[in-house]
Amino acid sequence: MKKIYVNEEWCLGCHLCEYYCAFANSGKDNMVSALKDVKINPRIQVEEGKDICFAVNCRHCPDPICVKSCIAGALSKNSDGMIEIDTGKCVGCFTCVLVCPFGAIMPNDDGHAIQKCELCTKNGCGTPNCVAHCPNNAIVYEER
Amino acid sequence: MKYVIIGNSAGAVGCVEGIRQTDTDGGITLIASEPYHTYSRPLISYLLCGQTDEEKMKYRKASFYEDNKVDARLGVSVTKIDPAAKTVATDGGETIDYDRLFIATGSVPFIPPMSGLDTVEKKFTFMTLDSAKALDAALTPESRVLIIGAGLIGLKCAEGIHGKAGKITVVDLADRILPSILDKAGSDIMQKHIENHGIEFILSDSVKEFDGTTATLNSGAAVDFDVLVIAVGVRPATDLAKDAGLNVNRGIVTDIKCRTSDPNIYAAGDCTESLDITTGQNKIMALLPNAYMQGECAGKNMAGGDACYDKGIPMNAIGFFGLHIVSAGSYDGEEYIESDGVNYKKLVTKDGLLKGFILMGDVKRAGIYTSLIREQTPLNTIDFELVKRSPQLMAFAADSERRRKLSVKA
Ligand SMILES: Cc1cc2nc3c(=O)[nH]c(=O)nc-3n(C[C@H](O)[C@H](O)[C@H](O)COP(=O)(O)OP(=O)(O)OC[C@H]3O[C@@H](n4cnc5c(N)ncnc54)[C@H](O)[C@@H]3O)c2cc1C
Ligand code: SF4
Ligand code: SF4
Repeated sequence: MKKIYVNEEWCLGCHLCEYYCAFANSGKDNMVSALKDVKINPRIQVEEGKDICFAVNCRHCPDPICVKSCIAGALSKNSDGMIEIDTGKCVGCFTCVLVCPFGAIMPNDDGHAIQKCELCTKNGCGTPNCVAHCPNNAIVYEER
Repeated sequence: MKYVIIGNSAGAVGCVEGIRQTDTDGGITLIASEPYHTYSRPLISYLLCGQTDEEKMKYRKASFYEDNKVDARLGVSVTKIDPAAKTVATDGGETIDYDRLFIATGSVPFIPPMSGLDTVEKKFTFMTLDSAKALDAALTPESRVLIIGAGLIGLKCAEGIHGKAGKITVVDLADRILPSILDKAGSDIMQKHIENHGIEFILSDSVKEFDGTTATLNSGAAVDFDVLVIAVGVRPATDLAKDAGLNVNRGIVTDIKCRTSDPNIYAAGDCTESLDITTGQNKIMALLPNAYMQGECAGKNMAGGDACYDKGIPMNAIGFFGLHIVSAGSYDGEEYIESDGVNYKKLVTKDGLLKGFILMGDVKRAGIYTSLIREQTPLNTIDFELVKRSPQLMAFAADSERRRKLSVKA
């Protein structure tokens, strides 16, 4: 399955992917109205070190511990292998936050459910928005 | 291969999914006393407060049994296991034979002998969908509810009925709430938070005697109530296993293959004891992720696989009125604590490993800590000072672990 990968050597630590992620999932069609004065809560997060930066999001694990641990049956693997969240079933217990080894799952804005990267399949973008807008092509969407 | 599964909750569903990963057509008969499609047991409190409904709280899709070719006998109890004949008997008078048997009978509420309990008309436990529905039907906006037990189940019940009852009082013998998950400092923060929502606690005290709608406590205090909920603890449901001659301590004894002392019988979940890798001891880890993962491991092995459940640790995430706690592992070792009165963090290390942690409030990326415990990552191979401050993958050496984890191209 195609996944999002980050090449550490090329990541500038500019955080643009976080903004494009937040915009893609905002439901708005204008970036300014989507992000102005908003504290963004993106599904991809950049880690910055002394001489290295990289962005992290859901790895769509083949043997996903989040799915096995969800107390509500709200997380599942779809036929492509993507890990999906049914926010209608999720009760926001954060057991999945407790187990994801990548720290790639997080409370959503109202705190009553979680959010995670679903490869922009559910927000109208079609292809991952972080990949499309990374200025240095450090984020790629490919089969490995 | 003929499989029989007793139970229909997290452990049983894990077993079905484990079997079907390798054996797509062996016959599976699933027998469970509760007459419902598999549902998420921890969601019964969310059902009462309206955050879910009976449809949404199904643990798997409506087509689960059909999709997995499972013959589900719901509302049927197993009364006896005969390991020599390899059969189980049901309360419907049926005898069903198996090649491999799986037991995930879970736990039952523990009701200690309490004087005058028979004089109480409206008394409930809080373990099943039926018990939640019965409690719901007894509540009115004026109800004064007395909950015995300030553990996970008692407090989840309190939160669930908070908007439906007039007054809620929780009594516990322990001197703090949630003693199985929190230390004293953490309990104090959570207790204040819950009290701010109008729930009253009486700790270090217990009921001496009930008389209709009055409970007299050992301290001499009296609590008037209309509805009583008993949530002092649970007991593993091991009777079937014991009667069948399986090795049972407090829970059914299982090895890392999730097998019992009978080579054809496997078990998982709340009714079993299994290895906690943080202490090296066998114990009951009555939490849903363990039940599922043990069940899945058992299922794979029942179908001829070679799976191990060798990363078991107690781990729990729970929130009350918007304040969340996540915790994992065990707490014997050197402590590192950060607290600002709202957020609380405790990390426990021993023998160069992270053994346990508690995070309250800010639970961001907690899974990075949990994974250090489960994988028993030597702390001298990572930048522990960095990870102590906040969980992050930067702490892993770039050239090895992190590349592997993120499958970064070299
Ligand atoms: C109110 C509440 C809140 C909880 N919250 C959390 C939480 O936030 N996080 C968490 O991790 N865990 C939580 N738990 C614990 C969690 O629900 C259990 O760990 C989990 O359900 C265990 O699954 P299991 O498959 O072992 O057994 P159970 O869920 O107990 O299921 C046992 C099954 O066995 C069947 N059965 C029993 N005896 C027989 C028999 N003789 N014949 C046929 N069938 C039989 C029953 O019908 C049932 O289907 C909570 C529990 C409760 C009650
Ligand atoms: S959320 Fe975490 S555990 Fe789940 S599939 Fe993604 S990376 Fe894996
Ligand atoms: S927060 Fe939601 S998705 Fe995560 S484990 Fe709890 S119910 Fe499942």
